[in-house]
Amino acid sequence: MTITEPQPVRDAVADDDFSTLDALESEAIHIFREVAGEFERPVILFSGGKDSTVLLHVALKAFWPAPLPFSLLHVDTGHNLPEVLEFRDQVVERHNLRLHVASVEEYLADGRLTERPDGVRNPLQTIPLLDAITENRFDAVFGGGRRDEERSRAKERIFSLRNAFGQWDPKRQRPELWNLYNGRHAPGEHVRVFPLSNWTELDVWRYITREQVLLPSIYYAHERDVFQRDGMWMTPGVWGGPRDGEVLERRWVRYRTVGDGSSTGAVLSEARTNEEVLAEVAASRLTERGATRGDDRVSEAAMEDRKREGYF
Amino acid sequence: MSHAPDLLRIATAGSVDDGKSTLVGRLLYDTKSVLADQIDAVTKASVDRGLDTPDLSLLVDGLRAEREQGITIDVAYRYFATPARSFVLADTPGHVQYTRNTVSGASTAQLVILLVDARNGVVAQTRRHAAVMALLGVPQLVLAVNKIDLVDDAASVFAEISAEFGELTRSLGWSPEQVTSIPVSALHGDNIAKPSENTPFYDGPTLIEHLETVPNLTERAPVGLRFPVQYVIRPRTPEYPDYRGYAGQIAAGRVTVGDEIVVLPSGQRTTVSGIDTADGPLETAHTGRSVTLLLADDVDISRGDLIAAVADAPEPIQQFTATVCWLAEKPLRPGARLLLKHGTKTTQAIVGGLDALFDEQNLALVDAPETVELNQIVRISVQTAEPIPADDYQVNRESGSFLLIDPAGGNTLAAGLVGDALAPLHLKELV
Repeated sequence: MTITEPQPVRDAVADDDFSTLDALESEAIHIFREVAGEFERPVILFSGGKDSTVLLHVALKAFWPAPLPFSLLHVDTGHNLPEVLEFRDQVVERHNLRLHVASVEEYLADGRLTERPDGVRNPLQTIPLLDAITENRFDAVFGGGRRDEERSRAKERIFSLRNAFGQWDPKRQRPELWNLYNGRHAPGEHVRVFPLSNWTELDVWRYITREQVLLPSIYYAHERDVFQRDGMWMTPGVWGGPRDGEVLERRWVRYRTVGDGSSTGAVLSEARTNEEVLAEVAASRLTERGATRGDDRVSEAAMEDRKREGYF
Repeated sequence: MSHAPDLLRIATAGSVDDGKSTLVGRLLYDTKSVLADQIDAVTKASVDRGLDTPDLSLLVDGLRAEREQGITIDVAYRYFATPARSFVLADTPGHVQYTRNTVSGASTAQLVILLVDARNGVVAQTRRHAAVMALLGVPQLVLAVNKIDLVDDAASVFAEISAEFGELTRSLGWSPEQVTSIPVSALHGDNIAKPSENTPFYDGPTLIEHLETVPNLTERAPVGLRFPVQYVIRPRTPEYPDYRGYAGQIAAGRVTVGDEIVVLPSGQRTTVSGIDTADGPLETAHTGRSVTLLLADDVDISRGDLIAAVADAPEPIQQFTATVCWLAEKPLRPGARLLLKHGTKTTQAIVGGLDALFDEQNLALVDAPETVELNQIVRISVQTAEPIPADDYQVNRESGSFLLIDPAGGNTLAAGLVGDALAPLHLKELV
């Protein structure tokens, strides 16, 4: 065969500025494509939070110009801020995606789950999540978890095998070598996959800024009626409002994570743009989970215990 | 792996109690990668354990059993950054039974920090780890001589340990410019971020200065394009009715529009007509970049194929010598029928003979035993059902590595290196 004249490529650019963000994005794209090549029914966990939104953004880029070969799954605690649900539905519509919803509310209504005394619903997500995985026969479940979030997550593999009960056994993790991922699993087992494992919170915000990823408005500073509890700024909702001695105040706040409204707090902030948020995150003295997630502050091993039970 | 100049992937290794977790905690602390609530939590936990000063190792030992036993069981990944570079650090366990995790952590590392306790010097585990790093082709090595504050006559202790380590690493095939020794105290922060006043005999860089400036190599020798095809992108949408692109991450080399390539194992040749990304086309793409290649001719390509540069394309092999680190409790026996994953291809494989066992204490090759046990490193012969387009591991880490997988349970059994990866270690033949 003779060498054919290369076709002229419009606007092609040299690849001289491969940065940390490019390397992290390429790694995540590689992981998405491995799963697409080796699994039958993958699904992306999508809450409308910034990590799952970045996850989806990278996934769309991995298969461009083809449509996304995965559906989305939202484990809905029923304790959402309305802005986040609205955002979720807009994203689904904009990219013509298929969304499954596993509803904690339905489980509470028919008695399969019981509300906890403290009203916090994050721990209740595990059963609806596992049921949705079983019912839909999902074999790979993408999550936006990052190793820098918390100490037990730091030990999580990128491909994390779960048994039929969704459990994680830290002592039986498969060694992960080079960039060769082993996704073999028995029927009934599934693999949790974390393409953003090596990203830090700062990387996520730099990427959101660079790629102009759209996020729910609650991530940016806005005026809201909030009250203080355990050093966090909580917002009233279906999960309840201020208790005795807690006072509602109007403050400029933003959220650093999206979660169950009963245990996820906002931080005081005036950062209204990506650049301002980025500056604030870079200067922050508290981790995002420490600042705003009541459920991780319970014990030194709070996250490890929940992961063993099948939580994300 | 990436070629981003501002990102360095590193790993730590060393024996139990050499202070690895403390060193990692110190790196995080001194680069201000630990935030107020994490320091508060560690201070509180240290007080609960009756300690006077915060135990920085508690920043990194994440699992319940680890904190209870005061040891690191599993690889933990840590992230820190300085104005010059970002670092992904794999903190690996020191116990002999967790060597498989050291192999995992080091397989992607561009630099490994090997710790020794200044009071003990180079010990058996140091030799073992140095040998494993040499085998895995880690490009840069740092010997951190820790607890330097605890020895009398630190200058001569440091000189002796450095000299012994220098000799060890030379015998394992490293050149002197790939190996750096630094006297440190992880506990007190000497020579980590700040030059220490307690080591007047040492005028080299601090650990962090070294990490910021060391060349971040991933390959030993330049090699042509290696592009394992992961997925065929065929939108079949009204906008892109006939689009057909081959998605993958460049494992080695680079690709430029117009390059002549060969598809392996079929051997068909064609030309690269475009390099696509969701951000627009590229004229050239380097190692580590995930792209979609468009080809001039309609050739038959699917997942598992390799697109390679015509000039130095590897010869697909079906019967070959390999070196494996056995990572499973269940022993390896000759004749074992396993799965082999190389690049994006998984094929059946039969292990032929077990040729020779690596005795990492004596840096020697000995007669292979009847069976190979957990953590042993052995040279074997392998036969695959389908030809695999592999390079020798010494030529390229990405295209010369494979996994052996249990077809029944699905577990990863071994880290595999194509070819005789033990050869460059200049081993004594005790066979």
